[in-house]
Amino acid sequence: MSEPKPAMKAKHQRLVLVAIALAAIVAAGLFAAYALRNQANYFYLPEQMSANPPATGQPVRLGGMVQTGSLERQADGITVAFVVTGSEAATVPVRYSGILPDLFVEGSGVVAEGSLQADGTFLATNLLAKHDENYVPRELEGLHGEEAAQQAAETVSYGN
Amino acid sequence: MHGYANPTRFLSLASWLTPLLLGAGALLTVAALVWGLIYVSPDRLMGETVRILFIHVPSAWLGMGGWTGIAIASTALLIWKHPLAAIAARGIAVPGMVFTAICLATGSIWGRPTWGTWWVWDGRLTSMLVLLFLYAGYIALAQASARDGGSSKLPAIFGLVGAINIPIINRSVVWWNSLHQPPSLTAGKSAIDGEFLVPLLIAVLGFSLLFGGAVLMRMRALIAEMQAEARLRRRALDDEAPMAAAPAGGA
Repeated sequence: MSEPKPAMKAKHQRLVLVAIALAAIVAAGLFAAYALRNQANYFYLPEQMSANPPATGQPVRLGGMVQTGSLERQADGITVAFVVTGSEAATVPVRYSGILPDLFVEGSGVVAEGSLQADGTFLATNLLAKHDENYVPRELEGLHGEEAAQQAAETVSYGN
Repeated sequence: MHGYANPTRFLSLASWLTPLLLGAGALLTVAALVWGLIYVSPDRLMGETVRILFIHVPSAWLGMGGWTGIAIASTALLIWKHPLAAIAARGIAVPGMVFTAICLATGSIWGRPTWGTWWVWDGRLTSMLVLLFLYAGYIALAQASARDGGSSKLPAIFGLVGAINIPIINRSVVWWNSLHQPPSLTAGKSAIDGEFLVPLLIAVLGFSLLFGGAVLMRMRALIAEMQAEARLRRRALDDEAPMAAAPAGGA
């Protein structure tokens, strides 16, 4: 009677094996994600770019917020200059000639593809607008803080 | 719970649950989509494209939820060796892949006016595309091992290993800088205004019920297929039996 039922034992053995396998898979995945954490970034933040600047002319992506009040349109009509900020104080000036995405506005997110020039400005060859996680209907925009209202007012004036 | 792992009991349960899920799911989905696609007001930045949300988010949830279901069924199969778990995993795979494809397609259509591009290789988009390929691999493997009478263990192990992609998809926008926005819905918090959130949650529920109904339909079809095959095999054996009994027949 000291021996357990064989069927139960095999079942429990499989349970333990599957649990070990699951733990190993999760550990492998976490190691892979940890190893990838810098390589899998889609863009550099301004603070990452100023801390560890890429070689001049090397194609990279820069992502951050378009600083409010920094957007300037040049006389040629297609060139714009603006400043990208991150979560910290670091900023990178950007120049771009071409068609702006519809959602490109001051105070909103942007991803610029291009390269850093010798004078420290970022020359973009392509701009992507980055949408944030907030979804706010036009009628209710005033209820979500001054910043949202201001941003929305700009957008509406661009849109209409 | 083990009681419903019995195929006969499962079939009697599924026969009334399937139309119930499909009916309720269709009703909720139609209501949520009419609400979301027609009556909801445009977003302050995205304008009318916000309506894609009501198809994209439920599809993404079901694409990832589907693989989670495959992983749970695979675990049950490996530990308790119940054939119904294998059928459940196979039943989930095709609807799961369809919703993953819908998620990728609608996301791409949303990305063009919002971001200014159809596709980028950022963490979220790439890991979701990997999920689509995992589904394709799983379906091929499960079908091949079912047809050749092979063990259902192999697809189950594949289903378990592939599950590591689910937390990676979920965390991709937090771990890495990505073009895709960070999560709007986290535990107890929503960055989505109530006007969008209510129809969105109804759509998620409606899509999920439709998904459940589709999975039950697939499972019933797979069981019927297996029963028909078993019957054909038995008949073929009966036909062969007299010949085999005849001594030194034509070789």
